[in-house]
Amino acid sequence: MTAPPNPASRAPAALPALAVTHVTHAFGTRKALDDVSLTVPAGSFTALLGPNGAGKTTLFSLITRLYDNRSGGIEVLGEDVRRRPAAALSRLGVVFQARTLDLELTVAQNLVYHATLHGIGFRAGRRRALEVLQRAGLADRADERVRNLSGGQMRRVEIARALMHRPHLLLLDEPTVGLDIASRAALVAQVRELVAQEGIGVLWATHIIEEIAPDDRVVVLHRGRIRAEGSHDEVLAQAGARAIADAFLNLVREADPVPGASAP
Amino acid sequence: MSLPPGGFRLSLPGYLVCMAGICWREGLRFLNQRGRFLSALVRPLVWLFIFAAGFRSVLGVSIIPPYETYVLYEVYVTPGLVAMIQLFNGLQSSLSMVYDREVGAMRILLVSPYPRWFLLVSKLLAGILVSVLQVYTFLAVAWFWEVELPPVGYVAVLPALLLSGFMLGAMGLVMSSVFRQMENFASVMNFVIFPMFFASSALYPLWRVQESSLVLWWICTLNPFTYAVELIRFALYGQFEPFAALVVALCALVFLAAAILAYDPSAGMMARRGGPEDAR
Repeated sequence: MTAPPNPASRAPAALPALAVTHVTHAFGTRKALDDVSLTVPAGSFTALLGPNGAGKTTLFSLITRLYDNRSGGIEVLGEDVRRRPAAALSRLGVVFQARTLDLELTVAQNLVYHATLHGIGFRAGRRRALEVLQRAGLADRADERVRNLSGGQMRRVEIARALMHRPHLLLLDEPTVGLDIASRAALVAQVRELVAQEGIGVLWATHIIEEIAPDDRVVVLHRGRIRAEGSHDEVLAQAGARAIADAFLNLVREADPVPGASAP
Repeated sequence: MSLPPGGFRLSLPGYLVCMAGICWREGLRFLNQRGRFLSALVRPLVWLFIFAAGFRSVLGVSIIPPYETYVLYEVYVTPGLVAMIQLFNGLQSSLSMVYDREVGAMRILLVSPYPRWFLLVSKLLAGILVSVLQVYTFLAVAWFWEVELPPVGYVAVLPALLLSGFMLGAMGLVMSSVFRQMENFASVMNFVIFPMFFASSALYPLWRVQESSLVLWWICTLNPFTYAVELIRFALYGQFEPFAALVVALCALVFLAAAILAYDPSAGMMARRGGPEDAR
């Protein structure tokens, strides 16, 4: 597998794949996100680290425009999700936490359906489907029903599907949940390769620390607020820790409402 | 990368591809889910073979338009059963988007760059086409059960089916967004399908209802499902019932507007309730 690229080596002036600025979102009185800002530079692997209930799913819902952000801005490659949803969504690929493939349909049918949702015709869609499956190492499974695939293969198909329309930003919401160690490693490698070869910006939400590599950017989200953001080493420095696991624990503990402790 | 920066346009052919893709997927799913197809067919047939046959002698139906002679009770209930197929189909296809595995499928649909109203209308159209297939299969079986309609009826019913399917499907869409707490299809049957079906002209002519209970007659008269049934009933005999068509069309538009509003990212229930995934 190709080594992940150093994000700093890519053009710093280029538009970020994703820019979230000062987004606050509440359901009733519960603030799911509180003044959240983060950036996913083009061609970077950005890990969004947060425990369950941190607000990751809400953030993903806002970026994919399941519902609108009431405050702040969300831009995909410079296109505002709320003001120019078509332009923003067409540059965006998503892998949701829940499995979203039609089990009774074949792999290729699932992919072609997704292509049509982006206005790509059936024939071109089929061609592109074989292309992305080839890259995912699943070309021989194209006409197999999804039901017959393993959990790891389904996830790889979902990633391949998210790439059908050549997005610039790929969002993955805890994609490795429920996978064994080997499948998990294969999945992470597949996505890192995309970052390296295609320059896609990836936002990878997870609570599994082992999935983070030293070259990644890391964003720590906890209780709806960003606790740290930066390169792997910067986050270590911000948290005063030597390993990312300790950094994460420090940041989360710091944020918990203990008298006298103030959140960053 | 293929997209020119800032130059993304949704083209007309793209719209058509998108709509065709949504219908294609629905068709594939329908063909693959034999069980769903079978139950959609068996349900009205049970009503026709058992219920209607049993009540044949009990319930006499006098000559009312569009019928020109006395008709068997089986013949009388057939339009109601056709509408029932569409009612089930409309609610099932819309509600299935909300719970079980379909939660994700809806999200995949909604991240398409095409406008949300267009996606919902396409989804609606796909469901209608499936229900039309089911109805024609049912009518074919019913034909062997001596429910023989004039040939023109089999053609004339198509536009009626599209219109009534539109209304019932749009109603399902509204419900899928509003009644998220409805946990299973059984409660939908209890609170929506059965009342709508029984309090309509599907099983008995309204004049008979009026004879027994004026309140019930009012309920039946205000039930949009009654008009779907009557629209289909007249169409099956090659006749056009303008008032029923008007009511069905108006209800369809109101339901569709409500569904579009409900799924609107800034105004809808999604934003207030926090979407399907957060609702766990």
